[in-house]
Amino acid sequence: MARSTAFRFTFWKLIFLVLMAGGLYATFIRFTQGLGASTNLNDQFPWGIWISFDVLCGVMLAAGGFTLTAAVHIFNIKRLHSIIRPTILTAFLGYILVSAALMFDLGKPYNIWHPLIMRNPHSVMFEVAYCVMLYTSVLALEFSPIVLERFGLQKPLKVVRAILIPLVIFGVILSTLHQSSLGTLYLIVPEKLHPLWYTPLLPVFFFLSAIAVGLAMTIFESSMSAKHFGLQLELPVLQELGRVLVVVLGIYAILRFEDLANRGALKLATQPGYEMYLFWLEIFLGIIAPLALLLQPRIRSSPNGLYLAAVLALLGFITNRMNVSITAFEGSTGVHYFPKWTELAVTGMIIAAGFGLFGVAVKYLPIFPKEELAPEPAREAEAQLGVSAVTENAGD
Amino acid sequence: MPKALLYDSTACIGCKQCEQACATQNQLRYDDTIAAEQVQSDHKLTVVLTRDDKFMRRLCMNCNDPSCASVCPVGAIKKTSSGPVTYDPAKCMGCRYCMVACPFSVPKYEWGKLVPKVQKCTMCPDRVAQGKPTACAEICPTGATKFGERDELIAEAQKRIRDNPGNYVDHIYGLEEVGGTSVLLLSAVSFETFGYSTKLSKDPMPILTYRVLSHIPDFVPLGGMVLGGIWWITHRRDQVALAEARESVAENPAKSGAENRRNR
Repeated sequence: MARSTAFRFTFWKLIFLVLMAGGLYATFIRFTQGLGASTNLNDQFPWGIWISFDVLCGVMLAAGGFTLTAAVHIFNIKRLHSIIRPTILTAFLGYILVSAALMFDLGKPYNIWHPLIMRNPHSVMFEVAYCVMLYTSVLALEFSPIVLERFGLQKPLKVVRAILIPLVIFGVILSTLHQSSLGTLYLIVPEKLHPLWYTPLLPVFFFLSAIAVGLAMTIFESSMSAKHFGLQLELPVLQELGRVLVVVLGIYAILRFEDLANRGALKLATQPGYEMYLFWLEIFLGIIAPLALLLQPRIRSSPNGLYLAAVLALLGFITNRMNVSITAFEGSTGVHYFPKWTELAVTGMIIAAGFGLFGVAVKYLPIFPKEELAPEPAREAEAQLGVSAVTENAGD
Repeated sequence: MPKALLYDSTACIGCKQCEQACATQNQLRYDDTIAAEQVQSDHKLTVVLTRDDKFMRRLCMNCNDPSCASVCPVGAIKKTSSGPVTYDPAKCMGCRYCMVACPFSVPKYEWGKLVPKVQKCTMCPDRVAQGKPTACAEICPTGATKFGERDELIAEAQKRIRDNPGNYVDHIYGLEEVGGTSVLLLSAVSFETFGYSTKLSKDPMPILTYRVLSHIPDFVPLGGMVLGGIWWITHRRDQVALAEARESVAENPAKSGAENRRNR
């Protein structure tokens, strides 16, 4: 395996180093010359790609964490258990990187802790700040068994296992709240947002698409890991996720078009223009293409078909977040925003850091063990008894 | 009682003394170049716009229920009972949600500074607290900008329109927009001419987000109960299966797990 990936590894390492170097230079400019010099933001366009991609998409792409922990620990779908560790790792890294990205975007990043003591419960941003802070802590705890196991720390491991279920429930609640609240953020600007995207249902759409993206991201991340770490692909598990993804995308599509029709905004989707093209790009990539692929059993059961559908869905919902936070504002502000190279460089560095940290974690921590330690006492007892009935029967 | 400003653009002569007084009050530079600028910015908190021979001021509307104060995660922006919407830069972390949320796009940012602040007219809160008029109202040579009790200024604006209906558009801007503002405007020409949207809701904007946020205290215990319930049910099945497996293993240790399942 090391032999065959030697060249590729060097190639990706080079890309990684280029992105890191560019990002660090942009970081230097950001923190020595300020936001004006390092971004194309202005009074008409105060939020750019660091909010649109790094925060909105970042949180969305990390949604696999709550989706999968809920499926495995709450809904007791044991077949998905084997992919829960890499999924939690992805989510945990995602939230760390979102927090890091916020430090670039905030005008006074050293005041980031202020919401802790200066509370405004009427602010969606306050609620998001609290939920993200708490959920990152929850993810740290959900991730901790992997580290504790690595260093053989049994006592703290026992403590974490004992509180695992309440922790997972708390994490799912926090995620539901802030994933939807990222949509709620935009409810206060009905006169500024293009009617193709402004709807009172924004929180619902943000939440539903977070679930879809959580599933797609898990398929993407498992496929990538299988390719690059030479692991056995958990194909049946991914097929299961693919089927759930079909249902979630279907529900999302129906609600989205019902909402457009009910608000009388459907005709805007046929008026040629900047907004219309980006709207259909989002719908095609996020809904039409993945559904067309996943509804064919042959494609749904092939690793490449699943991978392609997942990547398309990810690109579609990234386009959706960019549309809500950038495209939808351009009409009302009369300003066209395109990020400066420094903004792109910082975002590139953050993405590279995500891939890099994932690789490091896989190398040094038991992320992909053959047999995972079962957190439920039921499974421990079952293991002692040598009974396989429970596992086989689960989730039907 | 809440104070307000009434700006009657038909009385304005475009002398821009309000701009100068505002800059002095807020310790901002003011010179001929800045005087010529026709946009609000981090160094120009109020501007007298000129279209042909008509004038119109732009400044923070100091809304009765301001979006900016509602969205600020750290409460750096506050609506005071006497009218001004104040800003505390020490609390601000620079998220700029106020700029995104403001229906009038008033708050501006010091993009060029390493320690930036939001800049906006705050209706001279210190002067108002001392019972004095705002700097712009005090300096105005024609009384076009007038400071006073909001109720009285509304009555006066209505009287002016009634007495000279030909001079005004029949609309007191700020009376009802986004639930009312502490700045009231009168104009001879459409407010849209100067970029004031006349399509704004009559309800305060913060209700749009608070309607959703206010459900959180209900959602948390309910969500916990539902998820906990699902966990209980799904894992109960396991425990039953396990108990049955244990029993049959005790009865006949040779039996396989698969058979147990079939027997169940």
